[in-house]
Amino acid sequence: MGYKREIDRLPIPPKDAKVHNVTCHYCIVGCGYKAYTWPRGKQGTMKNNAYGIDLSEQQPAMGTWLAPSQYNVVKQNGKDVHLALVPDADCVVNNGLTSIRGGRMGENRPSDVMRTQQQRLTDPMIWRNGVWQPTSWDDALDLVARVTARIITEYGEDELLVSMFDHGGSAGGYENTWGTGKLYFQSMNIKNARIHNRPAYNSEVHATRDMGVGELNNSYSDYEVTDTIFIIGANPLETQTNLFLNHMRKGLENGARFIMVDPRRTVTVNAAEEIAGKENVLHLAIKPATDIALMNALFTYIVDKGWTDNEFIKNSTFQGGEAVPLDEAHPAGLGSLEYALNACRTSTAKAAEICGVPEADIIKAAEWIAKPKSDGSRRKCATAYEKGIIWGNDNYRANGAIVNIALATGNIGREGGGCCRLGGHQEGYYRPADHVGRPATYVDQLLISGGGKIHHIWATDHFKTTLNAAEYKEVHRRRANIVKDAMDASASGTREQQVEAIVAAVNAGGLFVVDMDIIHSQIGQDAHVILPACESNEMNLTSMNGERRLRLSERYMDPYGQSRPDCLIAAGIAQNLERVLREMGQDKYADQFKGYDWKTEEDAFMDGYHQGNPDVTYDRLRAMGNNGVQEPVVGYKGGKLVGTKRLYSDGKFDRHGRKDKKALFCAAAYRGLQAPGKAQERATHKFWINNVRANVFWQNQFLDQTNDFIQDRFPYPFIEMNPQDMADLGIKAGDLIEIHNENGATQGMAYPTDTARRGQVAMVFGSPSGSQGNVVNPGVNELILPNYKHTWGDIRKLADATPRSAHVSFKSKEYKA
Amino acid sequence: MRCKNMVNVGRRQFLRGGAMAAAGAAAATVTSAPAEAGAPVPPAQLEYPSARLANIADLKVNEPLDIEYPDADSPGVLLKLGTAVEGGAGPDGDIVAFSTICPHKGFGMSYNSEDRTLNCPGHFSRFDVEAGGQEVWGHATQNVPQFTLRIDDKGDIYAEGSSDLIFGRPSNVL
Repeated sequence: MGYKREIDRLPIPPKDAKVHNVTCHYCIVGCGYKAYTWPRGKQGTMKNNAYGIDLSEQQPAMGTWLAPSQYNVVKQNGKDVHLALVPDADCVVNNGLTSIRGGRMGENRPSDVMRTQQQRLTDPMIWRNGVWQPTSWDDALDLVARVTARIITEYGEDELLVSMFDHGGSAGGYENTWGTGKLYFQSMNIKNARIHNRPAYNSEVHATRDMGVGELNNSYSDYEVTDTIFIIGANPLETQTNLFLNHMRKGLENGARFIMVDPRRTVTVNAAEEIAGKENVLHLAIKPATDIALMNALFTYIVDKGWTDNEFIKNSTFQGGEAVPLDEAHPAGLGSLEYALNACRTSTAKAAEICGVPEADIIKAAEWIAKPKSDGSRRKCATAYEKGIIWGNDNYRANGAIVNIALATGNIGREGGGCCRLGGHQEGYYRPADHVGRPATYVDQLLISGGGKIHHIWATDHFKTTLNAAEYKEVHRRRANIVKDAMDASASGTREQQVEAIVAAVNAGGLFVVDMDIIHSQIGQDAHVILPACESNEMNLTSMNGERRLRLSERYMDPYGQSRPDCLIAAGIAQNLERVLREMGQDKYADQFKGYDWKTEEDAFMDGYHQGNPDVTYDRLRAMGNNGVQEPVVGYKGGKLVGTKRLYSDGKFDRHGRKDKKALFCAAAYRGLQAPGKAQERATHKFWINNVRANVFWQNQFLDQTNDFIQDRFPYPFIEMNPQDMADLGIKAGDLIEIHNENGATQGMAYPTDTARRGQVAMVFGSPSGSQGNVVNPGVNELILPNYKHTWGDIRKLADATPRSAHVSFKSKEYKA
Repeated sequence: MRCKNMVNVGRRQFLRGGAMAAAGAAAATVTSAPAEAGAPVPPAQLEYPSARLANIADLKVNEPLDIEYPDADSPGVLLKLGTAVEGGAGPDGDIVAFSTICPHKGFGMSYNSEDRTLNCPGHFSRFDVEAGGQEVWGHATQNVPQFTLRIDDKGDIYAEGSSDLIFGRPSNVL
């Protein structure tokens, strides 16, 4: 039986409740909310309340309502206050809608009264006497600085491995990317860094940037006025929920057609059919990893039919053959349309054969994208892609092949157009230029091969999310344990003796691990020092969403326990490094760590983002409310920040940095399964293991893992499977099953569905109780972009459904009236 | 399918619940233990009206009956599933009742008798009436409110509580 909250009434915010602007800190869409806070022992009434409505009446659909999940009791300036987090009907992003993720922000706050999120870290901790012991910031930062200073001075900065977020929203934002970026890329010159979701420090969309086209170039409103929404390898109803429900939906209701390229039928396809009618939805269920062949056929067909935007191509794209040759840093050459087409040319018949979809459907897609309307006018097409491409086969060329079509049809920089990634987290990147080079170091492999002596980890949990995770975990744990043993053996010694013991241990193959996080993560189990960070709204935080909408999400509660904003933790590390280096007589080196005298996150914002964007301040952003301003900010007039609705409306493309401001096409020839080992894996295993997301979970469930409502729905990671395949293997709904191959094994719960084709399963990513990455091989592209999406393995039953999985609903996820 | 049969239980028939005084939220607990006749008895703080919904003899397997509970502004559905379910009431342990206001954004849901789910046309959420109203897929941050049922000696079915807060109100009993 489903989880019951057993809550049948909630407090009412009084008229004088404080109100703060909140941007949801989870997905890239960044829905607006209002946070009402007021003292305990006080309430509004049915007629007189902060919402200004008569609550004694049943509210209509879309009316204001506080769900139990949006309520909590939190600390504000040291006092317990009620918190009501209500979606903002006036925010143009969501117009009062909530997702199943953002709608639980309230109950996912730490509360000593409501006992929610008691897993949050409260104090710095050091590995002492075989356990993690709480300590002071001064003590913990001193140990971090002493070990780090010893290693970087004696062995160089390349021995410091850094894993750090690069995003906005939860665990990111301009304040925190700047704090960490200044530490590692300005005070130090760190080369061996990696990002939260990939094993190197690189872009997930190198190709579109190299072509001159920034990956977030339109406005969400463009989906409302377009003729065709063209999506490749994305599932927006699940993962950018209110972009689909509040914007794409309006487009479909206005008559837009919908093309989805995905081997799997998703709830997005079903919802599009419900809204637009099946006749206006085309699902191209291609064979896994064949996207590039399909894109190239569409590109070829559109050019051959003369459906290109020749004026745009002439004025805004490079003419004259090759502009950038294929080389170590460019997995495909770049140049003019003719140059690219020469490499990409693919017939619709050939693509039909490679992709396993009818040729007529490929032609239909080309027509929906580009065939002029009967009155001769141009069709508008908004194109979007995400992890199916970014985490898919041959990232660079797949990305480039998509942008080719948008450029050829003149659909960038114009109303109703755009060619964008849909995104995961919000964005919030402001860092000094990095020094990692291109291709970047494959940091996971460096660590596995024994490289690095220290590992600083910022709000990332590779144990749940990296590829080749089984081997990574085994090595990381073994190396961290060498240091733990050394610390235990020197437990009664002085700090100096302990540092000596740690240095000896890392020189014997150990790894000294410092983990900055909000919870005690799985990789944090290897940590020797744990530094507690706070979240958005326990600090002020700025980020931008998928249409570059910059907002200030305000602090309405205190950081939990002794936790701090990441930017101030970075400042603390820098200040301690300066002190210790000076003690070591390294004055010149110590001077590099000056400039962190920040008291608040706003100081970090002013030191970083504001320097590059002098019009933008906290006060001005606060005044812009939940609608914020779309970046880039180009001025401040009449008391308002002036933004940019969509990029490249002047037809000039600059993301590649070329002076001619001409966009480039990509010679994205299809070369089958690109990453090493993948083709062999496909040949030797029965099932394609698709790596998928579900709307109920935010990221790797770091907060959701203690959320009763969520864990009741999916107590174990689901593995969607064809019922006939299940029958063949003697597997029933809810049974615990194992996916295994030569990379490792992982475990989940069988979920029968007709949307799974024979021989294809879809496992949810990043689960605490079943890392999909265990079975993903280490294969990457030339620029170290992993292919998480293409894994093959075999499946066996481990156990019958447990009582927890036996009560779960295994019905279809598709809405059926 | 839309519910065809309407049981006339208007607001006037209800005993009004206790006054809604200043109150904090009840702490969330995991599924309550099944009580007699298998019906859940939530530790609700409110005093709920007891409303007669129907008689067992009125129910046919998998034919939904429209109800209103706790008052006329709060539509719901009464169902005899034909097979016992956890939390089901009645001699066969198969009678359940749910709100049909979607706990996401308050749109009216319809019952799909084919796979026994409540479906919301607003944003495509769906709930399993055979699994205690569990959200199969959707945007609501709770499962659909299930009404507590009591069945007397004559077979009359009464609703006397709700497992979760109903959309659009700060208190289930207004």
